[in-house]
Amino acid sequence: MNSLLSVILRRLKLVEAEEETEKPKREAMHGRHAPPPAAPNSVVFIMLRRMRAPLLVLILSYAIAVLGMTLMPGVDAEGRPTPGMSIFHAFYFISYTATTIGFGELPHAFSDAQRAWATVSIYLTVIAWVYGIGNILTLVQDPDMRREIRAGRFRRQVGRLRQPFYLICGCGETGSLLLRALDARNQQAVVMDIDTARINALELGQYHIDTPALVADARRPESLIDAGLFSPYCTAVIALTNDDQANLAVAMTVKLLRPRLPVLCRADTLEVAANMASFGSNQIINPFEVFGEHLAMALNSPGQYLLYEWLTGVPGTPLIQPLKAPAGKWLVCGYGRFGKAVVRNLQWEGLKLTIVEAEPEKTGCPNCIRGSGTEADTLLAAGITEATGIVCGTDHDINNLSIAMTARQLNPGLFIVVRQNRDSNLSLFQHFDAHITMQPSRIIAQEFFSLLTTPLHSRFLSLARNQGDAWAYELISRIIGLVSDTVPEIWDLRLSRRQIGIWQLLHEGWQINLGELLREPPDRETRLPCVPLLLSREKEEWLLPDDATILQPGDRILFCARPGTRSRLIKVLRDRNLLTYVLTGLDVPGGTVWRWLHKRQRQAAAMAPKIEQAP
Amino acid sequence: MNLEKVIFGFFIILAMTLNFGFVIGEIDNPAHHNITELFAVIVVNLIATVLKFGERTQIGAIHLATSLVAVLQLIAAASVWAYAVHMSADGLTPNAMASIVSLSAGALVANVLSVIMLIIETVLFHR
Repeated sequence: MNSLLSVILRRLKLVEAEEETEKPKREAMHGRHAPPPAAPNSVVFIMLRRMRAPLLVLILSYAIAVLGMTLMPGVDAEGRPTPGMSIFHAFYFISYTATTIGFGELPHAFSDAQRAWATVSIYLTVIAWVYGIGNILTLVQDPDMRREIRAGRFRRQVGRLRQPFYLICGCGETGSLLLRALDARNQQAVVMDIDTARINALELGQYHIDTPALVADARRPESLIDAGLFSPYCTAVIALTNDDQANLAVAMTVKLLRPRLPVLCRADTLEVAANMASFGSNQIINPFEVFGEHLAMALNSPGQYLLYEWLTGVPGTPLIQPLKAPAGKWLVCGYGRFGKAVVRNLQWEGLKLTIVEAEPEKTGCPNCIRGSGTEADTLLAAGITEATGIVCGTDHDINNLSIAMTARQLNPGLFIVVRQNRDSNLSLFQHFDAHITMQPSRIIAQEFFSLLTTPLHSRFLSLARNQGDAWAYELISRIIGLVSDTVPEIWDLRLSRRQIGIWQLLHEGWQINLGELLREPPDRETRLPCVPLLLSREKEEWLLPDDATILQPGDRILFCARPGTRSRLIKVLRDRNLLTYVLTGLDVPGGTVWRWLHKRQRQAAAMAPKIEQAP
Repeated sequence: MNLEKVIFGFFIILAMTLNFGFVIGEIDNPAHHNITELFAVIVVNLIATVLKFGERTQIGAIHLATSLVAVLQLIAAASVWAYAVHMSADGLTPNAMASIVSLSAGALVANVLSVIMLIIETVLFHR
């Protein structure tokens, strides 16, 4: 029946599906990117299709057995021959015989002819049942079938989601870190990975939110569609696999199928990053470049570096101490993707570098010391004794630690930077306690998390980078004033309709400036422990807006604050009476009647002196 | 020629013709309606239903639906017959016979629809 008609019907179905689900996101998709028809429940279809032959065999064997039974002449209690059984009796007999229940010869003792046919029927129907049951068991154990069952459950789970979710492709170390961070903030995600073990690990993990997860190849567009690419609730796609080509494929698929949907990608090489940028991926993060920049920043502008670390740390954890990376001669071990990024950034800062690399031909190292760096000879040849710092950046954790330990023995005053590749080696690296430990997966997870949850945050960080070191130190001292010794909380706030109190006042023409707003509700004289970092209004941006800034509806403000401040400020912004008190110091009556009385009272008070003056 | 199509068409049409053969005659006269024919109709209808399993097209779904209706009606007819002959004290009365035949006449309508769909499908099939 796979005729042209069915093709036409499939087309028609596609149009229907488009009309059904298109509405909420027509705008977002230019109206021409139709989602494919919803995938039918293929499990049922596979079942039905595979069960055809066993069912036919069963029906035919029953039919033959029942019919034969009605044709066989019987005998009554006295041994006189009678016509055969009725169809009802025959069906009854075959039913209990075929299922091997076997009640005996009912309703009368059988004639020999009936017994002969009963023997035939037993073999016929029991074989049919065995065949049918065997088929069902094979079907249930079939790996294709199981995958289909899992995929079906996943699709239903995704389809049922009624809140914004992020689609994460790749659930390795980075993916699970990001997922944990999102989970802690009650953000829904949908996860896909090519590796069954990782998905199973995810199911065993401790998460508050039930995350739909699927074993699938993210390079196939169908997998992304199954994972809810066309869902109106899908807010962003994040490509985090450890395969650059797969990330590229994801970015491409998303940009073609839903051009307006933000896509965030990890890229380990510059070529792939450029390729992704060429078709408009929204955010591309190269962990090695990011770290190279950070290291250069630590060397060149420690204030900026400290500020960055403070503002991206996990809130509540202790603030890291300022560290001064020394200028002078530096050693870089390993000239892979990481080493290249470090070298590029450090050379840009004008440092003297010596590169140590085990296979210079393979990595295209211009002039370097040959050797892995784990043995003292190589390090001595590279001039470890007069160096001020070393970067251990191979892609092998044990080698990195070995290099670092040898280097520390040879030159105890050395500034040591180590690259940690695997999360499982965390305890080793904590024990070694290098000056800087760089972990690509953590860097990417941190960057993506702040991009997703507080978009203004990354904007602020890039603006801050252009300011001087003195500017950074001034801001640092303000932050210390807020939080003393723990990492502050960073959050952004939008003066939207949700902040109904301030929304109403602003629309009634109140002039509210930032300084008036940031006061503790019970005691107006105390300032809330927060620093506004950035105010964004349509196309304009103000770095560190001052207290005199007049607010407008729709403004977005990024705050850096002592943990717990956010809920207090939100409470004020949503409660009109509390807000009026904070702004004016006057307790305004809440109910309509009281407001009316209050107004009259005020009018009377205003009238009174006038009357006195009248004569 | 496609063997699958031949078998498929054969069972659908056989279901209809057998059904027609059982229904035709005076509605309440047991002599005009052979019970073995009803048995054959049920078996053929069951086979036709199973053959329609697993079709993913829209028309395949309607095909399956009509067959399910026919089977349901026929099983109801068979149950009425079993009740009348074996359980009720009055035996196979004209009343009981009338309801058996009318139930299977309903199944006949479903079977006719099935055949009409088969024809439509064949007419639309150009390849």
